[in-house]
Amino acid sequence: MTGTTGMRTIGLWIAAAATACMALAGPAQAQRKDLVIGMALEPPHLDPTAAAAAAIDEVTYQNIYEGLTRIDAEGNVVPGLAERWDVSADGMTYTFHLRRGVKFHDGTDFDSADVKFAFDRARGPDSVNAQKGYFAPIESIETPDPATVVIKLSRVDGLFLFNMGSGDAVIVAPETAAGNKQNPVGTGPFKFSRWVAGDRVELVRNPEFRDKALPKLDKVTFRFIADPAAQMNAMRGGDIDAFPIFSAFESVPLFQSDPQFAVDEGTTEGETILSFNHRRKPFDDIRVRRAISHALDRQEIIEGAQFGHGAPIGSHFAPHRDGYVDLTGLYPHDVDKAKALLAEAGHASGLRLTLKLPPPAYARRGGEIVAAQLAKAGIQVEIIPMEWAQWLEQVFRGNDFDMTIVSHVEPLDIGIYDRDPYYFGYKSPKFSAVITELNGTVDPARRKALYEQAQKLLAEDAVVGFLFQLPKVGIRKAGIAGLWKSAPVPANDVTQAHWVR
Amino acid sequence: MLAFLARRLVAAAATLLAASLVVFVVLEVLPGDPALLMLGTEAQPDTLAALRRQMGLDQPAPVRYVAWIGDVVTGRFGVSHTYGRPVGDLVAERLAVTVPLALMALALAVAVALPLGVFAASRHGGPGDWGVMVFAQLGISIPGFWTGMLLVLLFSGKLGWLPSGGFPGWGNPGAAFAALLMPAVSLALYEAAIFARITRSAVLDTLREDYVRTARAKGLGRRAVLWRHVLRNALAPVVTILGLQFAFLWAAGTLVIENVFYLPGMGRLLYQAITQRDVIVVRDVILMLVGIVILVNLAVDLLYAAIDPRPRAAT
Repeated sequence: MTGTTGMRTIGLWIAAAATACMALAGPAQAQRKDLVIGMALEPPHLDPTAAAAAAIDEVTYQNIYEGLTRIDAEGNVVPGLAERWDVSADGMTYTFHLRRGVKFHDGTDFDSADVKFAFDRARGPDSVNAQKGYFAPIESIETPDPATVVIKLSRVDGLFLFNMGSGDAVIVAPETAAGNKQNPVGTGPFKFSRWVAGDRVELVRNPEFRDKALPKLDKVTFRFIADPAAQMNAMRGGDIDAFPIFSAFESVPLFQSDPQFAVDEGTTEGETILSFNHRRKPFDDIRVRRAISHALDRQEIIEGAQFGHGAPIGSHFAPHRDGYVDLTGLYPHDVDKAKALLAEAGHASGLRLTLKLPPPAYARRGGEIVAAQLAKAGIQVEIIPMEWAQWLEQVFRGNDFDMTIVSHVEPLDIGIYDRDPYYFGYKSPKFSAVITELNGTVDPARRKALYEQAQKLLAEDAVVGFLFQLPKVGIRKAGIAGLWKSAPVPANDVTQAHWVR
Repeated sequence: MLAFLARRLVAAAATLLAASLVVFVVLEVLPGDPALLMLGTEAQPDTLAALRRQMGLDQPAPVRYVAWIGDVVTGRFGVSHTYGRPVGDLVAERLAVTVPLALMALALAVAVALPLGVFAASRHGGPGDWGVMVFAQLGISIPGFWTGMLLVLLFSGKLGWLPSGGFPGWGNPGAAFAALLMPAVSLALYEAAIFARITRSAVLDTLREDYVRTARAKGLGRRAVLWRHVLRNALAPVVTILGLQFAFLWAAGTLVIENVFYLPGMGRLLYQAITQRDVIVVRDVILMLVGIVILVNLAVDLLYAAIDPRPRAAT
């Protein structure tokens, strides 16, 4: 190449390269219409009415399936497939008026016969519905016409409308129900596209959805990444757009300081508690239970086990709910008081107890901190970690434990302390009376007063050590809007999700 | 030859039967009710009973064992409790990830380790030998998942050249290989270390043989001696270990790496099935793995016999 020809050739190459780069950069970025969401656990299958795994609801609730009512982002009961309903004066008859023109994803029409089928399936003798109890009060289901369902209850159930909005009560069609585990068919804004086992589930827009303006996205992909470090890598690498339930708390500050990302901290219905086995000494002695409550330092547990994420609780009720009473000050952290109470109960020389811990980090990490705190009050704690299967067998069913740490995630489940048998083994006629009245009350004001009473009773009796409410920490790219901030029910409802930039 | 194969087949059948008994008993003894695990703490007793009926768990143990063996012998593998899909399908999907991963890892390892081992043996006692030994020591000691995470931080986080994990499926071979590259390298480090050491000692042993001295005395150059005489004879132990490592790797040795890179492989399937008490998947998969390991060992023995005719001539 001679001098001038060489320079011209080089110049041409540079110009070509620059043009190529600009072409590749594309037009001014059109709004993305797809979303990739990361989840820690893969659902075993996609039928929420046949298993308890929250992961199933996290993929399908309100995305693929809908129920008569639904729970919105704030935890309120709002119309779902039923656009309105009437409740009889005695609270025993519910008349649901269904939306018209709704179709299932396979093209068949939705009508009252499908509701009857779904509920009969859930409460039948062969039902494998994890929440069959929700349907227990139903005495009869009538379908006077395709758009009306009349449900008669055998007793008043204050939580009936809420329960019918849960993932276990979604409406399925008789034509497709048996295949829902692998090929879910519902009435929701997204249709099932494909499931690459172990890797991802893909959903696509349902063009026949009853609200033509929704959903705002064309495609949603759920990818399963169990390891917290891998979750962090995937977010930082940009492979995932949002991780609504992020478990690598220690890396949250990294995302907070990065303007590309946004961190949403919300609440869940998970009350994390240090459970006592009331069938065993010394837990039958209220002084011992109060002593342990005084020995606990909730803030230290939240800092150590949750890296500061989570609100302390003093009873079994979610702080974000209407009717919450702050009882965290009832047993302030006071090691001397704890020792005094233990001495009064005859355990001045200390106690030896076991603490059985299931796999989640809040239990394993929290358990170590609790053990250290109780040691200061003279209680020697032996930590026994175990898998879920063992925990269910030994602690939950076998009641072979002293203490354990677990998070109860069902919404409004303060009634578990009234259950008999239940793994706590707690019995209190006073408390039972309050719960019985609560179950039979529909009036919101009276319900609120009863919830407050129930919380106070549990706290005063120091039934268990109340630790903290599980937070929902979500990381997303800053340009996404419309994702749920909290988790009043397990869900990743992406109906409203969209990109703003 | 026929007698040899016949003996091996009988031994294989006996091994499989023994393995099936062990697996069955262990799963029976393992605490945990699959129905309770699947339906959770809110489930009613009648729902649990219904699910157990569906899963066939209401029969007594010996009846279930005999039914299972009968199914296996007729080639019918079960349907997973949790996934609701035939075990065969699940395994096929997972193998499509784990076997290529294991092969890539071994190919990389052998490509690196064989030359290194030969080099070390030929420079025995010198700094080159010492260097290879240090590399081998490091490779065996450094945990694969740590290497994996460092690779991800560098190549995905910082440079963005490779995906941080996941497997996009074989529909796009380029993306699939990109997804398997870093996991394969993480595994290969450990394997390369092992092979380097074995190659080195095998070559050293062979170098001491009389025929090597004769070849050198004949006037053959050092390099020619190495490649023409030494390597072929030193390969036998390497091939044996290669076969064993391959069987180990794709059976469950990739489990940790599969977790770091969230790959849907065999190791993860087995681990998930165990935690979920999906007894059908666990026992069918383990039986399959035992069978394949037996086959691989058989193949290795035949290959060994092909490379080294001496034992065969003796029988």
